[in-house]
Amino acid sequence: MMSQAVGSVAVVQNKRQWHLGATAISTLVAALAVFPVLIVASTLLSPTPEIWQHLWDTLLPLLLRNTLLLLLGVGIGTLLLGAGLAWLVTAYEFPGRTLFQWLLMLPMAVPAYIMGFVFMATFDAAGPVQGALVQWFGSAAWFPEVRSPLGAITVMALVLYPYVYMLALVGYRGISSAAFDTARVHGYSRSQFYWKVVLPISRPAIAAGVALALMEALADFATVRFFNFPTLADGVVRIWHGMMDLQAASELAGLLAIVALAALLIERSQRGRTRYHETGGKSPGIPRAQLQGRSKWLATALCAGVLGVAFVLPITQLMSWAAIEFEHMTPGTAQVYLELAGNSLLLASLAAAVAVVLAIVLSSGVRVSGHRFSRLMATLATTGYAIPGPVLAVGILLTLTPLDHALNYATEYWFNVTVGLVLTGSVIGLIYGYVARFLAVAYQSTDAALEKVKPNLTLAARTLGAGQWRILTRIHLPLAAPGIIVAGALVFVDVMKELPITLMLRPFGYETLATWVWQMSAESVWSGAAVPALGIVLAGLLPVILLVKLLLQK
Amino acid sequence: MKVSRRNLVVKLGAASVAGAALSVAALPKAFAQGAPAAAAGAGVVNIYSSRHYGVEGVFETFTRETGIRVRFTSGPDAGLRERIRAEGRHTPADMFIAVDAGNLALAATQGLLQPVTSTALSSNIPAHLRDPGNHWFGLTQRVRTILFHPARVQAAQLSTFEALADPMWRGRLVMRPATHSYTQSLVASMIAAHGEARTEQIVRGWVANNPQLIDSDTRILEVLAAGGGDVAITNHYYLGRLLQANPAFPVRLMWANQAAGDRGVHVNVSGAGITTHAQNRANALRLLEWISTPRGQELFAGSNHEYPANPAAPVHPIIAGFGTFRGDRLDLRELGRLQADAIRLLDRAGYR
Repeated sequence: MMSQAVGSVAVVQNKRQWHLGATAISTLVAALAVFPVLIVASTLLSPTPEIWQHLWDTLLPLLLRNTLLLLLGVGIGTLLLGAGLAWLVTAYEFPGRTLFQWLLMLPMAVPAYIMGFVFMATFDAAGPVQGALVQWFGSAAWFPEVRSPLGAITVMALVLYPYVYMLALVGYRGISSAAFDTARVHGYSRSQFYWKVVLPISRPAIAAGVALALMEALADFATVRFFNFPTLADGVVRIWHGMMDLQAASELAGLLAIVALAALLIERSQRGRTRYHETGGKSPGIPRAQLQGRSKWLATALCAGVLGVAFVLPITQLMSWAAIEFEHMTPGTAQVYLELAGNSLLLASLAAAVAVVLAIVLSSGVRVSGHRFSRLMATLATTGYAIPGPVLAVGILLTLTPLDHALNYATEYWFNVTVGLVLTGSVIGLIYGYVARFLAVAYQSTDAALEKVKPNLTLAARTLGAGQWRILTRIHLPLAAPGIIVAGALVFVDVMKELPITLMLRPFGYETLATWVWQMSAESVWSGAAVPALGIVLAGLLPVILLVKLLLQK
Repeated sequence: MKVSRRNLVVKLGAASVAGAALSVAALPKAFAQGAPAAAAGAGVVNIYSSRHYGVEGVFETFTRETGIRVRFTSGPDAGLRERIRAEGRHTPADMFIAVDAGNLALAATQGLLQPVTSTALSSNIPAHLRDPGNHWFGLTQRVRTILFHPARVQAAQLSTFEALADPMWRGRLVMRPATHSYTQSLVASMIAAHGEARTEQIVRGWVANNPQLIDSDTRILEVLAAGGGDVAITNHYYLGRLLQANPAFPVRLMWANQAAGDRGVHVNVSGAGITTHAQNRANALRLLEWISTPRGQELFAGSNHEYPANPAAPVHPIIAGFGTFRGDRLDLRELGRLQADAIRLLDRAGYR
C-alpha cells in the first residue's frame, strides 16, 4: 500500500516535469523552424503601401482568384485520385491490382516543374500530339489549350495525388475486418461502409495528405508559370525578381504564410475532440470484393490511364531526350553526373534524418504535455511549407548570416582567426533551409500515425509504472513506425526535387541534380536536363517503392 | 511478419549503403567552402554567374592559357545579388556575371561592385556598353527583335515593335510573358523613348491582339515553325541556336526600328563586375580583360551566338548571316532604373 502511494506521488511529480520539459523542447524546436518564416512575415510590420496599392489595382485580384482556383482544383483532384484510387486497390480485386497498388505511388518521384515542361513539350502547339492531329485532320484539328488554368491544375493534381494516396492507404489498412463485418451485419453495402465508416476514421490521414498537397501547390511558383497561371507565389517571385523589391516580396509571402496557417488551424479545430484510434486487436484488413465483367476492366483502365499520364509519359519523354545526350557524353560529363547524384543523396538523407527526429520530438512533445500551446507551436513550425522557396531561402539567409558574421567577429577578437562563412557557406545552412521547409511533411505523417495509437495502451503502461521515455520508445514509436518511415521517405523525395532553396543557399560550386536541371531547362536544353531529371526520379523511386512494400506487408 | 520486416530492413540497408557511398564521396566538398584560405588560393577566380551556358569551355581555355583556375556557381540574378549582399566581406565571389544590364546596375547601386580602371577594358568595350563609373562592363550584346515565318508574313510588312499593336496582327503574335526580364527591359526601353502614356497605349494594343504568351524563347520559335503563330519577339541568339541544330529551320529575323530617325533595335548586355570584397582582384581583372580581347570575345559571345561587345571581335558566322543592325544607344542603366515602372505598366495594361 505504502509503496503504491509513494509510487503514484512519484508518477505525479514526474508527470509535471515531463510536461514542462516537453513543452519547452517542442517550443524550442518550433521556434528554430519558424524563425525564418517570422523574419519574412515581420516585413509585414513595415508595409510598403505603394506596392500594395499597385498590386490591388492590377494583379492581386487575379492572383487571389487563381490561387483559390488552384487550391480548389488541386484539393478536389488529389482527393478523388488519391483517396479514391487507394480505396479501389484496398477494397476491390481486379486484374493488375497487386502491381498498381504500388505503381500508383511512382508519380511522387517526378518533380512538378519537370512534369510541367514535359507536358508543354508534348501537348502544346509545337509538340508531337498536336503535330500528329494536324497531320491527320488538317485545319479541323483541335486540342484544348494547355497553357491554361486547367493545364496547371491537371499537372499539379497528377504530381501531388500520391501524397494523399499514400497516407490514405496507411489509413485504410488500419481498419480491421472486424469493423467491416460489423457494418455488413448492419446491412451496409461496401460503398456505404466507405462513406459512413472508413472515411471518418481515415480522416486525419487523408486530411494530412490533402493539406500537404495544398501547401505544395500554394508555394509553387515554377510550374504554374509554364501555364501562364499566376498565383500568389508567382506574384511573390515577380515582385522580388522584377521590381527587385525584397521587402515587398516578403510581405506578400508573409501573407501567404498567414493564409496557410489559418487554413491549418481551421482544419485542426474542425477535427475537435474526436478520437481516431482503432480499438480492435490486430486482424486482417478489409476483405476485397472481386469485380466482375466490365467494371474490372474499367478499374484496370483507370489505374493504367492515371499511371500512363502521370508517370509513363514524362519518363518516356525524358528517356528519349536523355538518349540524345548519351550519344555524345564524355567520361568527364558522366563523372559530373555521378558527383551531382552524390550531392543530392547526401543532402536528402541528412535533411530527412533531421526532419524526422524533429517531427518525433514535436509530436511526442505535444502528446506528453497535452497543452494546446504545444500543438499551436507544432503547427507554427510547419508553416514553412507554404512559403515559396525563394523567399524562405532569403529568410534563412537573413537568419544565418548575422550568426556567421557574429561568429567571425568573436573568433577574430579572441583567437585572431577568420573562420569564414561556417553556416551559410556549408551544407548546414542548406539543411536548415530544407528542414524549415519540409518539417510540415514529416510532422503531418508522424502526427497522423501517433494519433492512431490507442490511449488504452498508454494508460495501461502508465499504471504498470512505465516512465514517459519508455512509453515513447517502446510503445508509441514502434506502433507509429510505418508513419514515421513514410515521413522520412517523403522528406527525402522532396529534398531530391527541391530547387529554389538549393539555388540560393548551396555552398560555392556545389551542384545538385535539381540545380543542373534548372540550368539546362532555363535555356530549353532538354537533352541536358533529361539525364539529371531521370536521376532525380530514380533516386526518388527507391524510397517510394520500399515504402510501399513496407505499407503493404502490414 | 517480423521476418519479412527484417528482410525489408536488410534491403533498405543495402540500398542506403549504396546511396551513402555516393553521399560520403560528396562530404568533403559539402563542408569545404567558407574558409577564406580555400577561397584565396593561388591562381583562382571565384565567380557568381547567372550566365550558365557555354561558360565552362571559355573558362577552360582561359585556365589553359594563364594557369588561373576558374570556379563558379550559378543561380538567378536576384538570388546571387542577395547572397553577395548578405555575405558581406566574407563573400567568396570575386566576380559577378549577370545576363541583364538592369541587374548589373542594381548591383552597382547596392555597392556590391568595385570600380575598375583598366585601359584594356576601356578601349575594348565601347562606352555605351559599360558603366560610366566603371563598376561593370558589358561583354556580349543580346538583341531582342522581331521574328516571323516567311510562308505567312513578308519582311516588308514588319517595321517596329510599336507597329505590332496594329489590329492586322490579331491572333498572330507569340510573345514572352511579363514575368521575364527580356519583356521588362524592352518595355523599359520604350518608356525611355516614348514616355509612359504612349508606351502603355502600345502595350494595350499588343494585349488587344491576344498574343500567345510562352515563357521560353526557344519554344516561341518552335511554335512559329509549327504554324501556331506568325510573328514573335525574341532574342536573336535563340534563332542562332536553332539554326545551328537545324539549318533548315524556317523562321526568319528582321531588325526592328531601323528606319532613319528611329532609335534602333533593343540591345541588352550580359556583363560582369568585380565584387567589392574580392579576394582575388588581380585574377578577376585578368579574366575580365581576357574576355574583352577579340579572341576571348569570340569564344565567350560565340559560344551562345551572341554579338560581341568588342567591335573588333569576329562575329559567329550564323548570326553574321542576319546582317548588320543599328542598336538603341540608350544608357543601359536606364533599363534598370525603369524596370519597376515597366512592370507596373505591364500589369496595368493587362499584359501578363
